[in-house]
Amino acid sequence: MREQILNLIEKNSRIDVAELALRVGTDEAAVLNELEAMEQERVICGYHTLIDWDKVGVEKATALIEVRVTPQRGMGFDKVAERIYNYPEVSSIYLISGGFDFMVIIEGKTLREVAQFVSEKLAPMDTVLSTKTNFILKKYKDYGTVLAKPGKDERELVN
Amino acid sequence: MRNPLSSTIVNIKPSGIRKFFDIASEMDDVISLGVGEPDFDTPWHIRDEGIYSLEKGKTSYTSNAGLKELKEEIAKFLNRHYELKYDPNKEIIVTVGGSEAIDIAMRAMLDPGDEVLIPQPSYVSYEPCCILANGTPVIIELKAENEFRLTAEELEAAITPKTKLLVLPFPNNPTGAIMERKDLEAIAKVIEKYDLYVLSDEIYSELTYAEESHVSIASLPGMWERTILINGFSKSHSMTGWRLGYACGPEVILKQMLKIHQFAIMCAPTTSQYAAVEAMRHGDEDVAKMRDEYNIRRRYLIKRFREMGIDCFEALGAFYVFPCIKQFGMTSDEFATALLKQKKVCVVPGTAFGNSGEGFLRISYAYSLENLKIALDRMEEFVKELGESK
Repeated sequence: MREQILNLIEKNSRIDVAELALRVGTDEAAVLNELEAMEQERVICGYHTLIDWDKVGVEKATALIEVRVTPQRGMGFDKVAERIYNYPEVSSIYLISGGFDFMVIIEGKTLREVAQFVSEKLAPMDTVLSTKTNFILKKYKDYGTVLAKPGKDERELVN
Repeated sequence: MRNPLSSTIVNIKPSGIRKFFDIASEMDDVISLGVGEPDFDTPWHIRDEGIYSLEKGKTSYTSNAGLKELKEEIAKFLNRHYELKYDPNKEIIVTVGGSEAIDIAMRAMLDPGDEVLIPQPSYVSYEPCCILANGTPVIIELKAENEFRLTAEELEAAITPKTKLLVLPFPNNPTGAIMERKDLEAIAKVIEKYDLYVLSDEIYSELTYAEESHVSIASLPGMWERTILINGFSKSHSMTGWRLGYACGPEVILKQMLKIHQFAIMCAPTTSQYAAVEAMRHGDEDVAKMRDEYNIRRRYLIKRFREMGIDCFEALGAFYVFPCIKQFGMTSDEFATALLKQKKVCVVPGTAFGNSGEGFLRISYAYSLENLKIALDRMEEFVKELGESK
């Protein structure tokens, strides 16, 4: 039941409990219990909203920053990550396989603000060897959702 | 001037579904539960193959019976899903939808005076296709008490010395009824006893919700030789607009069907055939996902109707439920018309699919759950007001 509930709310966190119960094939009380338990256990870590900020006309700058680091004695990658993610400007950070170590996602109001964060906070850290900043120019699809308007139902009314 | 028309075609009534379309399309904000096609887009990987085939310039005719690789994939699919064996070289024709397959099968098999048994309620084209093929349609009225399945008794009672062909439309549009193995075994005996042929329209075969998955009558002992199996991609893979289906059966019949197909159609659309190869090879998972979604909606609708006090049998196939509205003292047509005019919910009266649909409505659940909720809330209001005005 957990996996089913999670798959559904991952796509739509506002789905109502009645519909969850219907889809999972149980009653509403059981769904509520399970949701609460998963919140307690931090399986469910939050309920966020997917927003196309471009449509609101609000300026945002988002960058994907490839970061190479040297993990230092007594502090592995986790410690380094913690020093980075404690900055509120950092919206995501992932440990990555391949040519660099962390993928850090920074959201700021302007390109300058993001660039400033990288040059003043991130790059000078002792453990950071190099950074490469990639700005997002346009978002097409995010978290499995295409941001453009979905097409209309073009079927005939009756057939 | 002379009358330009054939009296045969002039005497055939237009589809009863049309009337509701005409009223509904004049109104705003209509919520329709009236369509007979999936609400999902064709899965992207299938569309992509269609596009890719165009890019490669695959724009000529295919062979009359269809692309070799498609026929091979169809044979594998039928074997994998229904334990059926067809030789892709001689026993499969790719057609323009299941509809064309119905037409050419009847034309290949009927002589004037041959009787064709057509269980109703059922899809609207069997009777006209039979008449156009010079056959004589004989209607078997299916009953709610049998959950609209065809029983051996009903079948036997309708047989005369002229009976040649039985149309077997299951899973059924409009009732959502299915025929399980035991039901098929019962009628198979009668079919053999009276030496009949079967036109088994299994276009909804991938959409069943019983524990046992769909059984094709052609897989029963002694039935393969007597069966023209019709299926396609429209309902299973959400490919209605591609117009692609197929017919399978003994070579002796298929050979004649192929002649009609060759002269009237040439071949099914090439782009669609390339897309369908992909659907057969890698589409099983898409079908399973869509089936799960339909099933949730189906359970929701049946529950809602029963909560409203409306009798609705457990329809286990296709994407329709078939609730009974006899308690309101109106005909299906009156009920559906009033519902459309007062609450802007468009459903199709059962009578559009034969007289035995009287007292029932076809409710399609090829709509999002969200849509179904709004429509059912409106129907609930309508039913309440009917109760109050009594």
